Parts: sequence; C-alpha cells; structure tokens
Amino acid sequence: MRLPVEYLWLIPALPLAAAGVGSLTPRGGRALAADVAIAAMAGAFVLACLALTSALADPAAHQVANFAWFDLGGGALRLGWLLDPLTAFMAVMVTFVGLLIFIFSLGYMKEDPNFTRFFCFLSLFAAAMLGLIVANSLLLLFVCWELVGLASYLLIGFWFHKPSAAAAAKKAFITTRIGDLGLLLGMLWLYDASGSLLFYDGGAGVLEAPVLSTLAGQTLAGGLALSTAIGLLIFCGAIGKSGQFPLHVWLPDAMEGPTPVSALIHAATMVAAGVFLIARVYPLMSADLPLDVPMHALTVVAFVGAITALMGALIAVAQNDIKRVLAYSTVSQLGYMMLALGVGSWTAAIFHLLTHAFFKALLFLGAGSVIHAAHHEQDIRNLGGLAPRMKVTFATFAIGMMALAGVPFLFSGFWSKEAILHAAHGWDVSQVPFYVGLAAVVLTAFYMTRLVAETFLGRPRSDAAAHAHESPAVMTVPLGLLAAGAVVLGFLGTPACPWLQSRLAGTPLHSDLGHLFEGGGLMLLSIVLVGAGLGLGWWLYGRRLRAASTDRDPLAVAAPRTLGVLAGKFYLDELYAATVGRLNAALAWCADRLDRHVIGGAVEFLGKFGLFSGALNRELDEDAINAGFDRVNAGLRGSGIRYSRAQTGEPQGYLRVLAVAFVVLALLLIVGGVR
Amino acid sequence: MTTWPLLTWIILLPWLGALLLASLPHTRPGVIRGLALAYSLSTLVLGAIAWTRFDPAAGYQFVERHAWVPSLNITYHLGLDGVSLLLVLLTGLVAPAALLASWNLSRNPRLFALLFLFLQGSALGVFLALDFFHWFIFWELSLVPAYFLIKLWGGPGATRAAYQFVIYTIGGSAFMLAGFAAVYTVSGTLDFTVLAHLGEAGTLAERLGPTGMTVVFLGVLLGLAVKVPLFPFHTWLPAAYAEAPTGASMFLTGVMSKMGVYGFIRILFPIFPAELTAAAPVLLWLALGGVVLGAFAAMAQTDLKRMIAYSSVNHVSYCLLALFAVAGATSSNPAADTAAMGGALLQMFNHGLSASALFFCIGILEVRAGGRRGLGDFGGVRTAAPIFAGLCGIALFSSLGLPGLNGFVGEFLIFRGVFGHAPWAAAVGCLGLFATAYFLLTFWQKVFHGPAAGAGVCFRDLTVFEIVTLLPAIALMFVLGVWPQALMSFVNPWVTAWLASLP
Repeated sequence: MRLPVEYLWLIPALPLAAAGVGSLTPRGGRALAADVAIAAMAGAFVLACLALTSALADPAAHQVANFAWFDLGGGALRLGWLLDPLTAFMAVMVTFVGLLIFIFSLGYMKEDPNFTRFFCFLSLFAAAMLGLIVANSLLLLFVCWELVGLASYLLIGFWFHKPSAAAAAKKAFITTRIGDLGLLLGMLWLYDASGSLLFYDGGAGVLEAPVLSTLAGQTLAGGLALSTAIGLLIFCGAIGKSGQFPLHVWLPDAMEGPTPVSALIHAATMVAAGVFLIARVYPLMSADLPLDVPMHALTVVAFVGAITALMGALIAVAQNDIKRVLAYSTVSQLGYMMLALGVGSWTAAIFHLLTHAFFKALLFLGAGSVIHAAHHEQDIRNLGGLAPRMKVTFATFAIGMMALAGVPFLFSGFWSKEAILHAAHGWDVSQVPFYVGLAAVVLTAFYMTRLVAETFLGRPRSDAAAHAHESPAVMTVPLGLLAAGAVVLGFLGTPACPWLQSRLAGTPLHSDLGHLFEGGGLMLLSIVLVGAGLGLGWWLYGRRLRAASTDRDPLAVAAPRTLGVLAGKFYLDELYAATVGRLNAALAWCADRLDRHVIGGAVEFLGKFGLFSGALNRELDEDAINAGFDRVNAGLRGSGIRYSRAQTGEPQGYLRVLAVAFVVLALLLIVGGVR
Repeated sequence: MTTWPLLTWIILLPWLGALLLASLPHTRPGVIRGLALAYSLSTLVLGAIAWTRFDPAAGYQFVERHAWVPSLNITYHLGLDGVSLLLVLLTGLVAPAALLASWNLSRNPRLFALLFLFLQGSALGVFLALDFFHWFIFWELSLVPAYFLIKLWGGPGATRAAYQFVIYTIGGSAFMLAGFAAVYTVSGTLDFTVLAHLGEAGTLAERLGPTGMTVVFLGVLLGLAVKVPLFPFHTWLPAAYAEAPTGASMFLTGVMSKMGVYGFIRILFPIFPAELTAAAPVLLWLALGGVVLGAFAAMAQTDLKRMIAYSSVNHVSYCLLALFAVAGATSSNPAADTAAMGGALLQMFNHGLSASALFFCIGILEVRAGGRRGLGDFGGVRTAAPIFAGLCGIALFSSLGLPGLNGFVGEFLIFRGVFGHAPWAAAVGCLGLFATAYFLLTFWQKVFHGPAAGAGVCFRDLTVFEIVTLLPAIALMFVLGVWPQALMSFVNPWVTAWLASLP
C-alpha cells in the first residue's frame, strides 16, 4: 500500500484533529485526551510508513500536490504538499519518536493536573512539525515553523506558575523570532525575485533549475549572488530554531519544560527543523555561482556549525543539571549537522539528524526516568548510585551515551558522525571545521562519561537518589525501543552500504563491503579520539567517584577559572542582557518620551498657543474695544443712579420739596422781583 | 426589491434605533439594551445580505443617487464596493460586541446606547457615502457621540482626553474642508467618482495650479493623517483609547481607526494621485515611524490599555506603509501592488477583530480588578481563569501575527508588497514585528503566568455571556487565518480593479 501525495496532508491532520479534541476536553477527561492523541500519532506513523514506501518507489522524484490558498492579483497564492525521501524519512522519524514520547508521557505526567492540556499541546506540536515536513512551499513551511515555535512556547511554559518557566518560554519565542525575521525577509526576497514560493512546481518552483539559474546569475552590490543573500537570510531562521551560535541561548533555558517536551521538541524534532530547512532548500544554498563571487552561503553555514559544535560541547563539560548537559550536547550535535550541510554533505546531515533523534530522545527520556524516580532532583551532584536501582534506565541510557559519544561500530552515532567528519575532511575550502569536529568528538565522549559516572555510579548522594526505583513499563518500554533504534539505525548508512544516503539523494546504491572501512586512517583517528575522551572522563570522574554533593569537581580543582567561564556559558546571556536587552529598553524609553514630551509637547504647545491667542483676543475685546463702551455706559448708569435718588416715592418728601421751592420762589419774587 | 434602498437602511437603522431610545425615557435598562443590540446587529444582517448579493467583478453596487441640493450640484450618492463591504461587515461585527461589552454599564445605559448607535450610523455613512458633502457630515458627526462616550463614561482623565481627541480631529478636518471648498470652486462638484476622473485626468491640477493643488492636497492629507493616525499626529490616540470606556475603546480602535485609512483609499489616491506619489517617500518614513516607534512605545507602557492603544498605532501604520509603498512605487511591480493593497485591506479587518477583542479582555481584567489595569497588578490569572487565558491568548497571538491566525495573512502580504517596492522599509518594519511580539508576550507573561498575585488571586473566569461576546471574533481569527479566501474573494477583485483605475 502506498500513500498518494494528494493525501499527504492526512499525516499532520490526524494530530491536529487530536489537538482540537484535546482543547475541548475538560480537565477530567484524561484518558480520552491521551488516547486520542496516541491513536492519532499511531495513525500518522502508519501513514508516514506508507508515504515512505511511495517515496522509495522512485527516490529521485519529487511528487507534489499544489493548490490555491487564496486569490491574489491575476492568479493565486499557491501552497502544496511534497513527497520525496527526505520528507518521508523525516515523517517516519517524527511520528515514531513522537509516538514513543507520547506513551512515555502517560507515565511521566500522570500526576499533573493539566494532563489533558499537555497532550493537546503535544498533538499541536506534532501537527505543526509534520506540516513543516510535508510542505511544498516556503510559506507553508514558515507557517508551520512558527506554529512549532508556538507549541514549544506553550510547552516550555507548561508549568507557567513557575516564573522561571514563564520567562524561559518568552525567551525562546523572542530569540527564535529574531532569526525568523531573517527567514521572513529571505522569503519575501525569494518571492519577489522568483514570483513563487513553491519548492517544486513542474519546472517553475524555486528549487528547480530555471529559477535557480536566474537567482544565482544576479549579483548584488558587494558582489554577493542573489541566491547567496537569500540563502543567508533563510539560514538566520535555522540559526534561531536549531540553537546555533549566537542565538543558541534559548535552548538550555527551554529545559524548564517537562522532560518529554525536552526530548521531543528540544532534542529530536523541532530543533532539527533548521537542519531540515537547509537540507530542503539545499539546491538554493548550493546553486552554482559565477566563479568571481566572493562568498558562498554554505561556507557561513559550515563555520557557524563548527563554532556551535565546539562551544556547545565545551559548555556541556561544566554543567551540573542533567538536562542542561544534554541540552548543550544537543546544541553541539546540531552544530555538527550544520557543519555537514555547510561542507556539502546534506545526506550526512540528515543521517546524523535521524540517528541523533533516536539517541538524544533516548537520553532525555532516560533523564526523565531518573528525574521522575528521584522526585525532580536534576542536579547530578545530588544523584549517584542509580545503576543498581534503575537497571533498565541505566542500560538504555548507557546505550544512548555510547551512541552520542560515537563508540565504534555497534552504535549509530558512530556511523553518522563518521560520515560528517569524512565530508568535512574532504571540504576544499578549509580544514578548520574538520579539526573543530575532531575536538568536539573528544569533548563529547568526555562529558557523557562524566554525566553517566556522576548520575548512575558511586553512592547515592541524596535521599531522593537513595530511594529511587525503576520507572513503570509505560516509561521503560519506550526507552528500550529507542535504544534499539539507537543501535540499528547506524547500519542504514555505513560506507559499505550507504542505503539511506543514496535514497535521500535519489542516486543508485553501490554497496561494497570493501568500503566499510573506507578512509580507514580517519576512522582510526576518530576512534582514538573517542577513546581518549572516554578515558579522560573515566580518569577524572570514574576512577574516584564523588562521595558527597559538596565535593569539588575535579576540573574545578585543576582549572577553576576555565571551568568558571564554561559554567558561565561564556557569559553570553549577560552580554546580551547588557547590549541587546539594554538597547531594547532604551529604544522603548526613547519612543515613549518622544511621544509624551516631544510630539505630545508640540501638540500641547499648539493647544496652549490656541488658548493663549484666545485669551489675548479676549483681553483686546474686553479692555480696548469694550472698555470704551463700558465707560460711557458706566457714566450713564451713574448719573441715572444719582437722579433716581431723588425719586424716593414718599409724598411727604415731594410736598416738602414743593413747599421749600414755593417759599424760595416767593422770597425771590419778593426780594428781587420788584421791578 | 430592486428599489429597496439597502445602503440607506444600513446607515439609517442604527440612527432610528437611537431615535427610538431617545423617545423611551422610562424604560427598563434590560429593554434598552436589547433594543440597542438589535438595532446594532442590523448592520451585520444587512451587510450579510449585501455580501450574498455582491458581485465581486462589478464596481459600485446598490448605488443610490438622487439630486439633493440641485442648485449647488450636491447629490445624495451612496455606493458599495469591495472595500466598503469589508468595512460594513467589520462594523457589523465590532459594534454589537462593543455593546455586549458595555452590557453591565449601570450609569445611564439609555444615553450610552443612544450615543453608541448614533456613532455606529455615522461611521457606516462614512464607508458608504460617495459625495464629499454628506461624507464630511458623517465624518464630523461621528465625533459628537464619540466625544460624549469618552467624556461621560471614561476614566479619570477622560475629559481632557476627549477634548484633545475632538479638537485635534476637528482641527485636522478643518483643513480638509477648506481643501474641498477649493476643489468645489474649480470643479463645481463634490462627487467622489466625478472627482476621481478629474484627478486622474489632471484636470483638477490644471485648474488649481501647481501650488494650489499642493496646498489642497496637504490640507486633505492633514485631515486624514490625524484621523488614522499617521505618525507624528497620533498623540491624541493613547489617551483617548485608554480613557474611553471598554465598549467605546473597542469601537474606536475596531472601526473608527479604519475611517482614516478608508479616506486615503477613497479620496487621496484617486483624486490626488500625482501629489501623493510625490509625497510618498516622506510618508513612507512617517508610516515606518508609526510601525517602529508605536511598537517600542507600547513596550514602555505599564497601563495595558495604553499598551494596546500604541499597538494599534503600530498595526494601522502597517496599512499606511503598504499604501505609501504602492503610491511611491518607482518601478512597475504589479504583483507587489496587489499584495500590498490586499494585505492592507485584510489588515484593516484583522486589526479591527483582534484589537477590539484585546480591549474587551482588558475591560474584563479591569472590572475584575476593581478598576486596576496595570501590567503589574496581576499575576497567575491563567491558574484561576483558564478559559479567559486561552481566549485572550488567542487574541494576543492573532495580534502579533502568528501564522494560522488572521493577523499573519495581512501582514505577510503587506511585507511582501512593501518589499517589492522598498526592501529597506520592509527590513526596518521587521523591528516592529519583533517589538510587538516582545510586548504582547510580556503582557501575557506578567498577567497570566507566574504565581497568582494581585488581582489574579481568586480571579473569576469568563461567564457564558462574556464568552458569547468574545467567541465570534476568536472563531473568525481561526477561520480567516486558515481560509483568507473568504475575504479575498471580493477584496482581490476590488484591489485589481482599483489599481487599474489609478493613473
């Protein structure tokens, strides 16, 4: 049975429906929410396997099903689904690892009051992640890319009543969004330059030769090819999402989320989305450029990957939180994958992505099992002595550790890491990433030995560790299955039979047992380095096991200042807070003051000016013009008042005046009137 | 039915409702509220009828044109095209929700409802009138009820805010009126469709002379710029939005902030095309100022209402950014033009939904907290009120442009269009996207997350009534995020035709 590409959307649709059901399920409906989520994931896994069989039928083909999203201008904005081996392998991995982590969560989250919400968010994440994988359009990929970011935000902050979790969730969203804005700009540029965002569209897609040759053929100011500029902007998104230097700071903080979330989102799948993205747009990143172009986008990818691989491994050496060690290890391993992409071997990157997904999910779930048993004690200094108490967890964790450290032959990490180192060795631009990769090999083996020795060996150093006992089967069975994957998966891509790589690239498979030890010198070197790392770790941490939580770390004794810098994560968080954080706050302050005082002040001034001219006008009217009238009026009124005083209304008074006047008149007549 | 004046009824019914309420002095508040809601809902119903009978391919529809003052050549001219339909539908959604949000207002509910319906009818008149004469009457009339709604039911600083809002807006409009008086003296008409032809042909510029045309353009621009508002004419907005009662804030941001943008589309583009193109480089900077400084100023606010008010400055500036990028285009890029204009229209609708939903949510916080609405007054509300936290969270993420919800489509198209004409503007505008995410998540974190604190202790979750008020907007956020074709089916033909009509 095969899954036609037209029905590919069913793979993300199943978990999406489960998320919808989960969002409407009340808190009491725990079994319903979990069952629906797990059933949907199982269904998606089956569909993904069917999709894989259809993709492998013709590995070189890119099957697409495009459709119109909405009308735009004379045409429409189109999206689509894409089925090729890259999609199919990713989908199988995500659904399988996801399914196991869902099942593990049944045990791990059993006590949580928001159990239904947890499965709702997990399903939402799975839907978005699978949508990202099956998208045949950079826009659709971006939509899902942001949605996995949302799910990650919700799940990091799942225990939102903890201020540290709420802050970590915000930091993750904001930090990745910085990278996403680069991705957005790259997408806008690509859209504007090519008129499409579909990857494959019967010759008109952005990853197909006609468009690629026009993009690579245009040069910008500074001599950069257009395809390089767009590629670098898209890479910004990958830097943010995949925890690459310098935007990796959110990933360790993301460990505030429940451990199954760390396993699924921040180890196996979402953080690998950046690697997937670059692998997806690899034709664009690696488009043939004119010879005189100074820089290739992939060169930047390789160096960023190398820096991240080394830096992550160095910081991991000095961490004491079991999840943070694993988180920095994830940063480092993602750096490896980027390195592989940069040096030109995207198939090796995907190979490592797939093996890493299994063994890192295994390690995180193992850590979850430990944390669950030790009542949320995560500090390895307070653990210890768990091996005899938690045999299955210890055994599977040890397998994961050996896969990550790259212990030869039996473990998958060895083969995929080997493929990357081989590719880096063959890179003709620079050998620096290769040597950096070798250094990281030693460090990885070293810090994983330390982690296992501190956590599982010696004596328990806390009550919680002393009373720990093995987790239930619902948690240990997924561990066992992942451990099996962490071993077997490596044999899909050995140099003798690079089946996985040939299927991904769509090239014929040349299997030849003679090639198994191809580049034997290189392989020998890396085996020696792994041995050195393991030996050094054993020498420092295994030989004399820690007796008490308060004992100083052997490295702190030997090199306290170096360890301080590493434990302080190179002080990048502090640096960002002092620069970007301050700048942000200052800009906000300026914008606010500008508004309140400068612009608001100008408006205020205008208003005041209006009032002032009104007042002036009034003064003029009142004092200059009206005052004259007023004075005349006042005079008139005054005389009126004076005259009115005569009119008292008393007849006696009037008669008196009359009598007096009569007498006066009579006297005048008598005295002077005799004429 | 063909002679039934649908558009007149759309405007008139809220006004009739207001009149009815005015004539019922001694009625129980419940009846008053019910009547007000019914008359307010009429817009949605008639808008939906118009939508079903709307032909996206045709221009103005349901046109009513009657001589009004024949001696002055003034006509009563109404018409509905894609952009009017969009805004009528938006008004039909936001207005009833705003009335529902004011349901428990105890102080003089009759006067509140009366003024509100008056405001609603005036806003609808602006979106439907096609003759400057009564368009301007509607434009100015809307200020009167808005003034009283803010002043009488607003917060402690309401009087000052209402004064500033009205005086500032009238001040701007005065210049616009003077400009149109000049236009009228040389053209003898105030009909938008006729003036558009004159503007396109350059006849107006010929008759007014270059200086005259520039002065008139600047006057009209000022009137619109204050209304939208365009940076730096926006300082009235935070105070007015923050001091207004919840229902009025919802209508102000949801509908009235669209009147200015509508004016740009209906008046400035068709009638003053050359002048707008000349001014576009400067205007583009101003719009960017609104995008970036609006977002960063929001980050500095501690009053949640002021924060969302600044966020409105930022969101509406995206529309203007798109308009000015199209106006100032130096090279032909039709794909970018259609994307920018389509995005601007979607953004108008989406911002109306999400910003009014956010103001509603803040109103709930305010009522529950006894009038407090500071960023630091809450904590851990999500523990006590998961439903409220969920719905408010959806509105927040819609506002920050999360893909899958409505806000993203409009913003993506705007950025796509702006990038096609002015890549640097799109790049700078990204700062606004970043800052928006930052302050909205800060809002969410401080209010809903962390341990229960302040008013977040014993916070009562949404009542069914409140859920019903909020749910239509939330549902539309999902629908339009996944299926933007619902609006694009008539927005896109309108954009195509409108762009073709520009010189």
